[in-house]
Amino acid sequence: MFRNQYDSDVTVWSPQGRLHQVEYAMEAVKLGSATVGLKNKQFAVLIALKRAVSELSAYQKKIIPIDEHIGISISGLTADARMLSRYMRTECLNHRYAHDAPMPVGRLIALVGNKMQICTQRYDKRPLGVGLLVAGYDDQGPHIYQTCPSANFFDCRAMAIGARSQSARTYLEKHLNTFTDCDLQDLVAHGLRALRDTLPNEVDLNTKNVSIAIVGPKTALRVSDEEELGRFLALVEGEERRGGTATGDAAAPGDQPQPQVTLWES
Amino acid sequence: MAFMGHTLSPAPLWHNGPTPGAFYNFPANSSNLGPASRPLQDFRAHSASPITTTTSVVAVKFDKGCVIAADTLGSYGSLARFRDCPRVMKVNDLIMLGSGGDYADFQYLKDIIEQKIIDEQCLGDGLNLKPRSLHCWLTRVLYNKRSKMDPLWNNYVVAGIQDGEPFLGAVDKLGTAYEDAAIATGLGAYMATPLIRDVTEKGPLDEESAKALVRKCMEVLFYRDARSFPRYQIGVVTAAGVKIDEPVDLKHDWSLAHMIKMK
Repeated sequence: MFRNQYDSDVTVWSPQGRLHQVEYAMEAVKLGSATVGLKNKQFAVLIALKRAVSELSAYQKKIIPIDEHIGISISGLTADARMLSRYMRTECLNHRYAHDAPMPVGRLIALVGNKMQICTQRYDKRPLGVGLLVAGYDDQGPHIYQTCPSANFFDCRAMAIGARSQSARTYLEKHLNTFTDCDLQDLVAHGLRALRDTLPNEVDLNTKNVSIAIVGPKTALRVSDEEELGRFLALVEGEERRGGTATGDAAAPGDQPQPQVTLWES
Repeated sequence: MAFMGHTLSPAPLWHNGPTPGAFYNFPANSSNLGPASRPLQDFRAHSASPITTTTSVVAVKFDKGCVIAADTLGSYGSLARFRDCPRVMKVNDLIMLGSGGDYADFQYLKDIIEQKIIDEQCLGDGLNLKPRSLHCWLTRVLYNKRSKMDPLWNNYVVAGIQDGEPFLGAVDKLGTAYEDAAIATGLGAYMATPLIRDVTEKGPLDEESAKALVRKCMEVLFYRDARSFPRYQIGVVTAAGVKIDEPVDLKHDWSLAHMIKMK
């Protein structure tokens, strides 16, 4: 039943000082399909790979708009993501109602972080099994945040989460310094290449399985329609995968343990 | 267990009877309806009308900011009771707030706003409240209070710099809000706004002419408003920050009232 003696409950420590239930929840994020988030000086972009449960069904929605200036891309338990997105939408609306201004992205993430933390500390709750990439734009410019079931959150220049996302992160790390100054088209192209690196060889990106959301100055969050998706996909079409622009190392498939599993500073 | 009663909230030892030393009051007896049988005090009824009041706030926009002026008198009805009631406050580096009406209600909300700013500084994310946000927030708070039939009996004037541009807005005790280039509350709405508009419609003001204009309004209001006072404060907000001066005394000259014959 249990993998070990100390994972019966979120509140139980292992002698090594680990909370196994929280770490299992971190694994749930890796079950969802991959999603990439990155930003330049002005824009924040989310790119997600959608899955269809069967040939007969539609593709599962991965990007959820929160407000005019914030959108999230999810990986993990969709139900938990919907609960969080409802909370985030409520907070954004309340902030607009009370202050006649959009919610600062960092403050929203701090609220979400606190909400997620509560259920890592109570015996009658479970950690949320979802990771989010949050793209937003406010007075301080574009933001990409990552949140984890461990209730950690990170302010990122670029990040990828989900199944086989290590390949995408490798790509992003390699090109990290080019993002800040490149234009929106190149930024999306980089995101698409990173996302494509997570795919098995027989699958490719197309307008059905990719979702793109862009937010920027005086640009309300926009989830691309099929026509725009087509134009973006054309940017990277026909390129050699994993080596066209990335190095051969990026080809390493499978997931390495993610660095953000740490529950506190070591 | 029922015979044990509510162990967590036991009934008082002595109840349903007359208070010690008093007569028993039968229910529904008309003699119960006198003032003695009412709750001792209904505090809410007190706050439904102002006690210590302050009068007009005068504010005007100029090319690079806003100026607010208000005298320092707290009146008790027509009695000039308190002579040092400052009511132009700095909210943060880019927002200033002026208040007229009940002084206690202003002090109450002032504490809440100050705490709001401290909370924001504690977040330390480098973001600051903006005047339009405070203006909107005040609208919500005041409307909410009036909806509970317990209004905060104030007129507020929010002045500040919103994204580099001067902002000036007013909220009254019902939560009614508007923005304008010139705002005066209380009696000033009748006496000062026409004076200000006469000047502003001739073209944009600079800081000095705006201050001079507001001083002139304070003088006229002192002559005409029986709840006013010759000592007042002027505050200026520009992109450089908020500066609220110490109270200054108005030079008044009643010789202009030579038509009035005192007998």
